[in-house]
Amino acid sequence: MEFLNEFGDILLKGTMETLYMTFASVFFAYLFGLPMGVALVVSDDNHIMPSKIVNRVLGTIVNITRSVPFIILLIAVIPFTRMVVGTAIGADAAIVPLVIGATPFVARMVESALKELNKGIIEAAASMGCSNLEIIYKVMIPESMPSLVLGSSITTITLVGYSAMAGVIGAGGLGDLAIRYGYYRYESELMLVTIVVLVFIVQAIQFAGNHISKKINRLY
Amino acid sequence: MIKIENVTKIYSNKRGDFLALDDVSMEVEKGDIYGVIGLSGAGKSTLVRCINLLERPTMGKVYIDGEEITAMKKSQLIKVRQSLGMIFQDFNLLMQRNVIDNIKFPLEIAGVDKVEAKKRALELLHLVGLEEKSHSYPAQLSGGQKQRVAIARALANSPKVLLCDEATSALDPVTTLSILNLLKSINEKMGVTIVIITHEMKVVETICNKVAVIESANIVKNGYTKDIIGHFKEV
Repeated sequence: MEFLNEFGDILLKGTMETLYMTFASVFFAYLFGLPMGVALVVSDDNHIMPSKIVNRVLGTIVNITRSVPFIILLIAVIPFTRMVVGTAIGADAAIVPLVIGATPFVARMVESALKELNKGIIEAAASMGCSNLEIIYKVMIPESMPSLVLGSSITTITLVGYSAMAGVIGAGGLGDLAIRYGYYRYESELMLVTIVVLVFIVQAIQFAGNHISKKINRLY
Repeated sequence: MIKIENVTKIYSNKRGDFLALDDVSMEVEKGDIYGVIGLSGAGKSTLVRCINLLERPTMGKVYIDGEEITAMKKSQLIKVRQSLGMIFQDFNLLMQRNVIDNIKFPLEIAGVDKVEAKKRALELLHLVGLEEKSHSYPAQLSGGQKQRVAIARALANSPKVLLCDEATSALDPVTTLSILNLLKSINEKMGVTIVIITHEMKVVETICNKVAVIESANIVKNGYTKDIIGHFKEV
């Protein structure tokens, strides 16, 4: 009880900040990552819009971004973050590196989901007179939806982790709490509660992802 | 109706060139059920895909109703494709859409309004005898039922031609026969010209009035089924 009186408010605030950072960056990461993932798939040699240049350039960008450890990316993009948000501190500022870090991840998630799709279905759509754009948004994306949903829960969970790291550079959220109280002030009780809350958030996201994916899937 | 003129198709990749069709010509007349028979790898699937340009011939011309489709722009080709239905060995239904929405799909693409599309889809469901399955999903259907849905879908835009790529190869003999009978009645009642790619002589014997025999990228024999069958029996 005493613990709650002392830390209840900051825990709640931290949790809200973590959720805000996570979901806002998931949104933007999909805004950029979904088209990238689609482009990676359709520009492939045997797909509907083959283009070696597009495929290679996108693949390289994705690989470079993904090979930079997030904690380093976080610091490296600070000047850019200042330019976009006006500050490098706080939850809003953290969204910039989070989106940069997660977009290539989303692109790969989308790519692998869309690649699972049976090519025959795309061929059938083409035979019915679908344009390439219609094949993408009326066939490929809806047919891959269960797999895309699963991918999005993995992305979201990864971003919960990333957002905690962003706590290092003053982003707020549960990571920030763990560092300021758990690491600098030896409040091991608060540290423990932070972990419990994070585990709960991750479980909830995974459960929701699995549940929705299964519910919308008509394949079984 | 369909005229294929000196079509050659070469697939090129790093390992070299592969000749899938070697200067092939054939003509399908209105009302025909035209069989194309051959072993796997003979080029028959490539040939049928050259009719709606899912595969573009490396050389040669393809005409539909006297119009050269190999010279068309993509936007014109899309229109032509809507007048050519196609069905496949693996059915290729949209697995996340139910039966009636699968049948409505090509209508949606062609811009038919919703009420009209629903009416048309219900007619087609009746034609293929699957009224009670309209809200089932493909995963809940048997192979024969899936092919019936695929046929209904292929007929949605009232095509002049139905292309069948090994449409019965994944089905058991009894189901095969019922699908062939359905195709025959579509040909007779609706006047749809049908091209059937198959490796089974029985399919040709059962419904095709004409047949072309394809062997290592060439048509080695073609004509009326009754004449060709005789030739085969001798071999």
